[in-house]
Amino acid sequence: MNRRIAAVAIAGALLASCNGVQNVMGGDGAESANFIRLFTLFMVLCTIMYLIVVAALLAALWRRRRSGLTVDDRRHHQISPIVRPALIAWTALVVTGLTVLTVASFFIDRSNAATASKPAIHMTVTANQWWWDVEYNLPDVSKTLRTANEIHLPVNVPVHVTLKSNDVIHSFWIPNLAGKQDLIPGRLTDVLLLARKTGLYRGQCAEFCGVQHAQMALDVTVESKRDFERWYSAQLATAKPPATPLQRAGYRYFTTRECAACHNISGTPASGQVAPDLTHLASRRSIAAGALPMNKGNLYGWVADPQSQKPGNHMPTVGLEPNELHGLIAYLETLK
Amino acid sequence: MNAAEKAKAPPIKVPRDGPRLTGDALKAKLAKTWGNPPGFVGWLSSVDHKDIGRRYIVTALTFLALGGVLALVMRLQLSKPDNDLVGAARFSELFTMHGTTMMFLFAVPVMQGLQIYLTPLMIGTRNTAFPRLNAFSYWTYLAGGCLLWVAFVLNIGPDIGWFAYPPLSGPQYGVGKRTDIWAQMVTFTEVAALAAAVSLTATILKQRAPGMTLARMPLFVWATLVTSLMIIFSMPSVALASGLLLSDRLVGTHFYNPAERGDALLWQHLFWFFGHPEVYIIFLPATGFVSEIVATFSRRTIVHYPIVVLALVGTGILAFGLWVHHMFATGLPRIGYSFYTAASIAVSVPTGLQIFCWIATLWEGRPRLDVPLLYVIGFIITFVIGGLTGVMIAAVPLDLQLHDTYFIVAHFHYVLIGGAVFPLLGAITYWYPKFTGTMMSDRFGKISFWMIFLGFQLAFFPMHIAGINGMPRRVYTYPAGMGLELPNLLSSIGSMIVAAAVLLFVVNMVKSYSFGRKAEANPWGGSSLEWDTACPPERYNFAHIPVVESRTPLWDAGEKMPVAHGLRVEDREVLLTTVMSAEPDVREPSAEPSIWPFVSAVAVSIMFICSIFSPWAVLIGAVPATVALIAWFWPKSPEPDAEPTIS
Amino acid sequence: MSLPPSFSRDVSALPTHALSYRSLTWWGIIGFMVIEGSAFVLTFAAYFFLMSQEQEWAPRPWDPPGLVAGTIFTVVLLLSEIPNTMIKKAAEGYDVAAVRRLLPGMVGIGLLLFVIRGFEFNSLNVLWNDNAYGSIIWALLFLHTTHVVTDWIDTVVLWRLMKTAHGEEPRRIVDTDENSLYWRFVWLTWLPVYVLIYWVPRFFR
Repeated sequence: MNRRIAAVAIAGALLASCNGVQNVMGGDGAESANFIRLFTLFMVLCTIMYLIVVAALLAALWRRRRSGLTVDDRRHHQISPIVRPALIAWTALVVTGLTVLTVASFFIDRSNAATASKPAIHMTVTANQWWWDVEYNLPDVSKTLRTANEIHLPVNVPVHVTLKSNDVIHSFWIPNLAGKQDLIPGRLTDVLLLARKTGLYRGQCAEFCGVQHAQMALDVTVESKRDFERWYSAQLATAKPPATPLQRAGYRYFTTRECAACHNISGTPASGQVAPDLTHLASRRSIAAGALPMNKGNLYGWVADPQSQKPGNHMPTVGLEPNELHGLIAYLETLK
Repeated sequence: MNAAEKAKAPPIKVPRDGPRLTGDALKAKLAKTWGNPPGFVGWLSSVDHKDIGRRYIVTALTFLALGGVLALVMRLQLSKPDNDLVGAARFSELFTMHGTTMMFLFAVPVMQGLQIYLTPLMIGTRNTAFPRLNAFSYWTYLAGGCLLWVAFVLNIGPDIGWFAYPPLSGPQYGVGKRTDIWAQMVTFTEVAALAAAVSLTATILKQRAPGMTLARMPLFVWATLVTSLMIIFSMPSVALASGLLLSDRLVGTHFYNPAERGDALLWQHLFWFFGHPEVYIIFLPATGFVSEIVATFSRRTIVHYPIVVLALVGTGILAFGLWVHHMFATGLPRIGYSFYTAASIAVSVPTGLQIFCWIATLWEGRPRLDVPLLYVIGFIITFVIGGLTGVMIAAVPLDLQLHDTYFIVAHFHYVLIGGAVFPLLGAITYWYPKFTGTMMSDRFGKISFWMIFLGFQLAFFPMHIAGINGMPRRVYTYPAGMGLELPNLLSSIGSMIVAAAVLLFVVNMVKSYSFGRKAEANPWGGSSLEWDTACPPERYNFAHIPVVESRTPLWDAGEKMPVAHGLRVEDREVLLTTVMSAEPDVREPSAEPSIWPFVSAVAVSIMFICSIFSPWAVLIGAVPATVALIAWFWPKSPEPDAEPTIS
Repeated sequence: MSLPPSFSRDVSALPTHALSYRSLTWWGIIGFMVIEGSAFVLTFAAYFFLMSQEQEWAPRPWDPPGLVAGTIFTVVLLLSEIPNTMIKKAAEGYDVAAVRRLLPGMVGIGLLLFVIRGFEFNSLNVLWNDNAYGSIIWALLFLHTTHVVTDWIDTVVLWRLMKTAHGEEPRRIVDTDENSLYWRFVWLTWLPVYVLIYWVPRFFR
């Protein structure tokens, strides 16, 4: 019994760490706040039902009895009169409880659907093995923004995200804001994000999509409308040209060698479409789809040998000379 | 005589059991008739349901251990963040092999093994229907399991998850033979399970003892009937799904290829149409164990037997209407989802009724807290938690957060280990004296129980927290600082305790075989017919076929057991009764030992395995398989016998 | 060990064979029919699922399968029920001579059906690897073909067995009866397959 109490206490302590950036109990969006309401209702009712069952079981085992209706007294086919009414009461209780839960679920579902019907911003996220291709689709096509592995959202603005996949099935999940939706090749799905609190959050792919499924995350920033607009215009700008000789060397390597075959940097000849857009790489919080925090050391490590950081991913380890590597990093760091 | 005259002729004079041939003289003749031929070939030729059942159970428990070791390795890797004990590619193989082994090679086969062993004993007959088909099913299952594990050891094992979603498992992204081996293993195990299910269904409907109407069958036999029918309706779906996948991969069809108008969701529908009933195929036999154990250890019949039967049948039917709850995140129309939410929540009502009946039986009786009943108590306490988290994830808004996280991993281990493995361990302890003639150690039994029960809670409860804290499934590592370290560490420690407990249970099984206390005839005082045979039963099960007059024949029989008599004793013969009223109807010859089921299984296995490498193997391999099957059925004696035999 | 017996029912006069649901193998045959029937029903479901993704079915530029071979097959298959019923009735009447006479005819009809089936595969106007429509059409025809082949092999084995002395055994009558029952399943499952392969792709263009 003591061990069970300790278990419950630990569970409570673990739950108390629910102020995480990728947490189902975060409740920082409209849909995720609804989740908490519904989950709480289910937890309360289910816990009550569970305690009733366990209490009945323990009582049945340990009640004092003068005689049982057993084979030893040749009464093994008989049943006490209390059993029938108890069965009816139990069935009524279970059916009522489950009906309450089912109806509550429908109401929450409808509430989520109602929010989803009035989006203000449209985005498209396309999943690839193992990175996220993010596009903002404004009515003015010249203002389309393409980035990768991160999303910025204005607070209290409903954002509709169309979800696609270029290869296998993935799942788009930012638990602090909303439930997940799968991205299925050949189909379109969608999700509505309505963030209610500013902050930094994390999303992660939640459908096994191959060897590096565990390292396919994305950074989510929820900010005020004004901060969002400032970020958006900065992102629309093309890349600054390189200034120092070292940066120029890196720029030359990037645009004339392997990198440009896959990556795009707007304003340069590098226009590969099959890898993350790097135009504003240095403004992001992480690289390699959330695998590594953004800093100089990680940039070096990633570019020099991506296969050791994320084995099996589609960026080859090329075998760079030290001066080539220095130049590339110097240039990439200018892409703010 | 022509056939018409033969059919009307009076019975030939051959030795038959009855008042003039009973006791030791009868038993000697029956032992000779129902024995196996000697030697290794004789062992391969056995069609005795007890041999086949035992082989299924031992093989399945071996796969349980192998799958469990894989889990331990995964838990070691996940015990701390950013760990590098196991690489990403190898980890994908580990969780694929763990899930596939547990679901296809352990859970269903072990339940079928116990069903094959116990059903004829519980219904009062000498063997199952179609004994050679049962033998064939075991060898086919063994071949499928070996195919999978040899591939894993040779590093060409599957790595796409036990559910193998395309396009990841399709020809473009699932390169090499790994997925083909997985898909063909599915074919092997489906064929085996379907064959056993047909045999068990026919056995239960036609070979019950006289007087054992459906309303007098033991609840475990009801559970066997319901699960066998569920297997018959659901397994064709996964066989079709995996067949279409093999076809996409090997001959270029486009069932699951969106680029050529196929659909990845077609796989999910076909797979889960099987996958959801599959978990009830695993769970319902466990409820059968619980009913038998609760009755015996409460010393009375189960309260409200008809409700338990209706609950079994109701669960079996409802289970077919839930599968889309595995697909709530795939963007299908929301109004369709509402139906599956309601159905998925409703399916807990019949199980809730069974729980009421079990607890009421304990209440009305005098419970004896022996090891089998401890496992039942552990089952109720653990399974109900899993059932309730199941009710939670039946709700779409909740599932969209919790789907594909460790919350789900916690849920299904609570219902599968709590709901199936605990009753299984109780059942093995309960029927061990029947299988072997000795008792398992009571002291080690209690230690194993407490270790596995508490170790399980420590291993799996924190997974609910890990899921809530954002940990997706099927990840080989996780970053620090997300609140995942403590739950994962606790899970890893708990898993070690569970492993030690299972090891102790197995040691107990092995040691008790040679050194256990000798069991008396009916050591637990059970009421059903299997306890009226020797421990272990003779090859022929019953010297005379019993006649049954109640649900608890051994408790109601009095001084003597009423029996039917007049069956042949020098040829194998069983008694068929009518389906509804169990009136004696036909004397049916029972198949003699034969090597052809084994040979056919080898031929079919070679055909299936070679077809992984070339589609022509299906055509070429079909020839020896057909020859073997014809040899199986062709009568072995040149002239027909006076009374029919099957050889 | 077990309780002493009290002899209450004498079953020695019971027959050693029976027809229809009194036969144990009948239940086995029904079991396999349910399994194969389920596989067919699920394939039909897959067919309609894939069809729901298309605007047109058969999708252009592929033509629907040619009608001639499939319709001839259907007619021959349905006509084969006449000798099949004759065999079943002969079995129920314990007329072994009639069964021995009629079975070679069923074997011959089977061979004819294989030839027609070959023409059917040749006139589908689409290949299994062209697209999902082609894949599911071929899958349906392939599944039914394996059905016909296995039952034909069963019929050949039964024919040879009936020719031996074993043909006189009453239990072989039961085998014959059940073989005829299974043949009915073969053409019953063909009817929806015929409609799905040959007619539905004409109605939804």
